[in-house]
Amino acid sequence: MNATAESYVTADGRTIGAPVMEMKNITLKFGGVTAISDISFDIREGEIRAIIGPNGAGKSSMLNVINGFYHPQEGEIWFHGEKRKPMKPYQIAQQGIARTFQNIALFKGMSTLDNIMTGRFTHMKTNMLMQAIWKGPAEREENLNREIVEHVIDFLEIQAIRKTPVGRLPYGLQKRVELGRALAAQPKLLLLDEPMAGMNVEEKEDMSRFILDVNDEFGTTIALIEHDMGVVMDISDRVVVLDYGKKIGDGTPDEVRNNQDVIDAYLGVAHD
Amino acid sequence: MPATFFYTIEVIANGLMTGVMYSLVALGFVLIFKASGVFNYAQGVMALFAALTLVGIQTGQVPFAHLINTIFGTHYDKFGWQVPTLVAILLALGVMILFAYLVERLILKHLVNQDPIILFMATIGLAYFMEGFGDLMWGSDIKKLDVGLPQGGNLWLEGATAGWAEGFYGFYLDNLDMWATAIAVVLVASLMFFSNYTKTGRALRAVADDNQAALSVGISLRTIWVIVWSLAGFVALVAGIMWGAKSGVQFSLSLIALKALPVLMLGGFTSIPGAIVGGMIIGVGEKLFEFSVGPYIGGATENWFAYVLALLFLVFRPQGLFGEKIIERV
Repeated sequence: MNATAESYVTADGRTIGAPVMEMKNITLKFGGVTAISDISFDIREGEIRAIIGPNGAGKSSMLNVINGFYHPQEGEIWFHGEKRKPMKPYQIAQQGIARTFQNIALFKGMSTLDNIMTGRFTHMKTNMLMQAIWKGPAEREENLNREIVEHVIDFLEIQAIRKTPVGRLPYGLQKRVELGRALAAQPKLLLLDEPMAGMNVEEKEDMSRFILDVNDEFGTTIALIEHDMGVVMDISDRVVVLDYGKKIGDGTPDEVRNNQDVIDAYLGVAHD
Repeated sequence: MPATFFYTIEVIANGLMTGVMYSLVALGFVLIFKASGVFNYAQGVMALFAALTLVGIQTGQVPFAHLINTIFGTHYDKFGWQVPTLVAILLALGVMILFAYLVERLILKHLVNQDPIILFMATIGLAYFMEGFGDLMWGSDIKKLDVGLPQGGNLWLEGATAGWAEGFYGFYLDNLDMWATAIAVVLVASLMFFSNYTKTGRALRAVADDNQAALSVGISLRTIWVIVWSLAGFVALVAGIMWGAKSGVQFSLSLIALKALPVLMLGGFTSIPGAIVGGMIIGVGEKLFEFSVGPYIGGATENWFAYVLALLFLVFRPQGLFGEKIIERV
């Protein structure tokens, strides 16, 4: 596979387009600690891109840079062919980047339905006055977005818990609701931070299936962090490997699997 | 039925309506606390300021008249016009929204991620500043607020119910209290609807629940803070109108915040219905206590009984009647 090509065809025959997001020479420091150092990679339209690496490699930091929680000291971020100015996370969400969190960040007191409805926030345009009057534009918009949310709920097979406050749901279902909230935004780029952490085998299989289906049915570009190597190698098109804040590998699962640096990082290597 | 039975009912009804007046103030606290975890000490002063502004606009007072006259040696006092009540209310609301914007801009923005106690201190500062500012802007004299609501006892009700029992002269209920109750019910119903079924309402609840997650779905925290403080300003205006119409717009109005405290302890700091039910329980409780026990211990129990009631509730339900249960997983 040629990294500079405009498009490539995956093993299962999908054509992957031009880069949606390009990270160029990103360096992120917290005080004296360098979390990410001079890392470049791209995420292409329609692909499932995995970011892997041992603990403390800088994976979550990278996701937080993409989504605007962290601002890198050096480097450029290009989104849809334009260099991105430093932005607040909510502005980045408005640009069409949705995410889930490693430790589930749902609105615990709100129902599944309401949680997923918040995912529609950036698509709802009526102002406060219209909403206060309710009848007319606000009601129409609410119903329209409700339909999209119901579609997401059907897709994720969570009809039974529509009205349940998410705080009462078991962990696996909460993860699914969080995915639903991100999906409801119909994002151009979907970031998943350890979507399968803490799940049992069955739940992992379900989640893998949902991720593949999302990518397949809606053509959503997905970037994910995951620790389960089996899952990563199964579902992702390309993998970027980080270790101690540096990039040590980038390519298809097969290429990465056979990369000596990656093997060393995971298995440990004697330094002499 | 003996007359005391009807009198007790009258006491309960009056208690309920007084309680709703407390709730109006408590509601403002709940809105801000729920959305930002800030206990807004200035809520009472906001009600005072809103009422002062409303009267000022309505009667065509020149704002900062005293200051202007001192500096320029002029004698301005009134513009000499009267603004229709509804227009004046809308203008006063505009001032409260501007106030919310300034609070976010000048205070909250700079205190992001600080401890709640720091924010609480900031609102204390804000409260006393606003009291002085209100004085500077509109003068310190007691003003009469007339928004066209009927005042005094409802004669029809009194006449219709008189003679239901021997020695019973009919229910005495204040018209203004009844209006206040109706308005509070409508206000709460609309707030609940707004928070449950609109985009902004959901965003308010989302921010109250988890800031980071709210940011990640595209909600701007700062916009939400302005909205929340505007809503609290609106509630303060309603409370200011009701209390101002009842007892005149004077600076002691800011002390009604103290009446909202037991209501909050009882109803929970995070529940809108809690503020209403809490207010009613406090209102009925203190009126009944005053009616039944008061005469034996020299009266004036209304000043402290609410707090005793609230403390009792605190012992058994620290989160309040409707507050979110505090469960710490170990």
